Amino acid sequence: MSPSIPLQEMIRAIRSARTQCEERGVIQRECAAIRAQFRQVDNGGARSHNLAKLLYVHMLGYPAHFGQMECVRMIASPRYSEKRVGYLGAMMLLDEKQDASLLITNSIKNDLAHSNQYVQSLALCTLACMGSAEMCRDLAPEIDRLLRASNSYIKKKAALCAVHIVRKVHDLGELFAPAARSLLAEKNHGVLHGAVVLITQLCERNPEALERFRKTVPDLVQIMKGLVISGYSPEHDVAGISDPFLQVIICFMKDLLVATNTDSTKTVGNAVLYETVLTVLDIKSESGLRVLAVNILGRFLLNNDRNIRYIAMTSLQRIVGTDHNAVQRHRGTIVDCLKDQDASVKRRALELSLALVSASNIRTMMKELLLFLSSCPPGAQIRCVCVSVRYAPSQRWHIDTILHVLTTAGGDVRDETVPNLIQLITNTSELHCYTVHKLYRALLTDISQPSLVQVACWCIGEYGDLLLKGECQETEPSQVTEDDALDALETVLQSHMSSPATRGFALTATMKLSTRITENVDRIRSIVSIYGSCMDVELQQRAVEYNALFRKYDHMRAAVLERMPVIEKNSSGHTNGETAGDAVKEIQPAAVKQTGPLLPQQPANQVCDLLDLLGGSEEPLQPSTALGLPNSTSTAGGDLLDLLGGLELTPLAPVPVYEKDGVSLTLICEKTSDSGMTVTLTASNSTDSDISVFTLQAAVPKSVQLHMKAPSGDFLPARGAAKVTQMVALNNPNKVNLKMRIRISYNTSQGSAYQDTVQIDSFPGL
Amino acid sequence: MMRFLLLFSRQGKLRLQKWFTPISEREKKKIIRDMTSMVLARQPRSCNFLHWKDLKIIYKRYASLYFCLAVDNQENELLALEVIHRYVELLDKYFGNVCELDIIFNFEKAYFILDEFLIGGEIQETSKQVVNRCIESSDMLQEDDSSEWYEVELFG
Repeated sequence: MSPSIPLQEMIRAIRSARTQCEERGVIQRECAAIRAQFRQVDNGGARSHNLAKLLYVHMLGYPAHFGQMECVRMIASPRYSEKRVGYLGAMMLLDEKQDASLLITNSIKNDLAHSNQYVQSLALCTLACMGSAEMCRDLAPEIDRLLRASNSYIKKKAALCAVHIVRKVHDLGELFAPAARSLLAEKNHGVLHGAVVLITQLCERNPEALERFRKTVPDLVQIMKGLVISGYSPEHDVAGISDPFLQVIICFMKDLLVATNTDSTKTVGNAVLYETVLTVLDIKSESGLRVLAVNILGRFLLNNDRNIRYIAMTSLQRIVGTDHNAVQRHRGTIVDCLKDQDASVKRRALELSLALVSASNIRTMMKELLLFLSSCPPGAQIRCVCVSVRYAPSQRWHIDTILHVLTTAGGDVRDETVPNLIQLITNTSELHCYTVHKLYRALLTDISQPSLVQVACWCIGEYGDLLLKGECQETEPSQVTEDDALDALETVLQSHMSSPATRGFALTATMKLSTRITENVDRIRSIVSIYGSCMDVELQQRAVEYNALFRKYDHMRAAVLERMPVIEKNSSGHTNGETAGDAVKEIQPAAVKQTGPLLPQQPANQVCDLLDLLGGSEEPLQPSTALGLPNSTSTAGGDLLDLLGGLELTPLAPVPVYEKDGVSLTLICEKTSDSGMTVTLTASNSTDSDISVFTLQAAVPKSVQLHMKAPSGDFLPARGAAKVTQMVALNNPNKVNLKMRIRISYNTSQGSAYQDTVQIDSFPGL
Repeated sequence: MMRFLLLFSRQGKLRLQKWFTPISEREKKKIIRDMTSMVLARQPRSCNFLHWKDLKIIYKRYASLYFCLAVDNQENELLALEVIHRYVELLDKYFGNVCELDIIFNFEKAYFILDEFLIGGEIQETSKQVVNRCIESSDMLQEDDSSEWYEVELFG
């Protein structure tokens, strides 16, 4: 083997260059020389060396496309050495995207028919490496010929070349199917290997081929048996296992062909074992084999080699859905793997652990997972939380766990966690005291985690009275004064770490505390008024509104800031919350509507015939007439609903729209489709006398369609003993601003007739 | 199916690259960068398998060279390790106690050996002897650079 001296000298020169600049200089000189030499027609044996030099330069990352044509020329040369380097260059520089690749098709064709098998093999190798679809189509018949009639050296290469062709051009699979079948009868392992891969490819692409090759399964089993049982064959041996490569590939093929029996579970080394395990699990083998397979995986898990443990966990992941119990037995080992140093192993262990969590082992598992939290990537915390949600054994445990997650990694938690947690807290009324104490303490220690701070502020605001009472069965009693609580909230308000949303939470919480505490109301007023000139528009608006509550509507403050009702989750999206929020936003401090059921009397000159509405109402209607704030509690809820985004009140809370002389009318809206909704009107009578002939009439703007269903009745007994409901179906295809006028008429017990009209301008629930 | 095989040194210099699927030059450079940074960042005694996009990456370090092989997701990783080892054995047999310098200065030979061992992303020949014999015969053919061809009988 004569060394190519010029090439090696160049390599030495490049390596001895001390700086990038020097190296570039050397390479540029060499490339110029190579280019010059390429232009010469013939310079003897140096051509291959030049191309080799160019390939080296290419590997270092420098451009070498000017060598493409030279490759084409060298491939066509009659000399073997030049062909060899030419084909190597073709594989490195040309790929199917280059136009020059088409030029070598003819050369390959000629070489495939060459008398020398090494030349043929070069051509086959190149075709299998970079053959484009057109080339494959052109040369497929050649390959087929080679598959049948040549020596085994060429046959094995042709088989793999056929695999490449089938991958590129699926239709040609038909062409190779018969040849593939006959190849299985070969003794040569290389050919067998190629044949098996080819058949695998054919079966993957084409289910009919699958059927045909199913018959070959006994042959394969025979081959496997031969490999396993037969004696030591030094050629193919790898550490005592005869030809593991072939065994593995046969196993893989049997995966597809659904063997009914495999006797391949003899212990023959880990790679083969692994492949057989996968085979057993994938095919519908009998349960005895499956148990055996899982046990083998369990043994892998205990292996010291990290690689083995990794693949064991990967395989267990695949079967945890079906063989859950079997995998549970290995839970301890898997959880131990969480503590491994290696990142890949840890990730696999985490996924598997999350899949293994169930109601029975949730406590222990969560303990482990929480220990793991501090060192693991952000995505995992969210999944931990989801998992805990599904299997929480008790509310208190659930809250504890989520708090723990928030304290350790609150920055990475998803946004929905905050409303979810709040909902959870409101639902567990017995734990309010405990929760608020815990959150308060958490707030005192650390205010950097936004989600935690938000939840804590909300709770302090909502359950401040419980906090200040001091006693709580579940935690140690601690004396929290009103000043302490307000200090905590003020710290949040003033901290530079708080986001505007967090500040909003804190401000609202401070406001709510004004009704829950007795002594420091002035302090609260001063805090709130400071923020009346805050730069942040949202905070400023809130502060101004709260100020208004203090000044003008102090009598309503208690009602507005009452405790929130239990929040129910429902699926009708954000609309409810946003509308209520919008309604609150529309409040101008000067024109704050009355809360609750009061409705101003329509001025006389505005009593219009209901039918006029249908003609298009041009009169300016006072925007504030109809819609009172839905519920006293939902005003405060409306604020928070903006912050919490997705959280909404149950849309089934009736909205009072009319109240006069003891007769009240409430409304519930439900969206039934994109443009349709159903409005349910409920009337009740709180006077001491009965009301009869109670009727409702409704009118809507022009493009809205209305359909009133039959009322439940027309008699309203005294003192709210019974109600009358009426459903109205609305369809708003043009999405105009929906308004509705309702005329109420009834007879009192004395016989006098009453009539009244009310206009509803905005519908909660839309 | 194997997607690509890369050999690079501890300093991240590429010594050999073999791509079994058509990829643009830019993509290749990017993949090389990603692989070198990922593999070189691994701890010494960690697991040899990585996940990258939708491929499995199996790497093994031999002295100063990292062998990095990317396979499809359904492939057997342990077998891929064996493939890498088999290739190293072939190189060792050919060069006699192979070291990185051998591969640097005789990179085209390394490619030829690889082409006798793997084709189109699959294993071609499982017998070490056969591969070695083929390479030797090819080399003899190359030396005998005359226009006369002769058949070389091969056992197989």
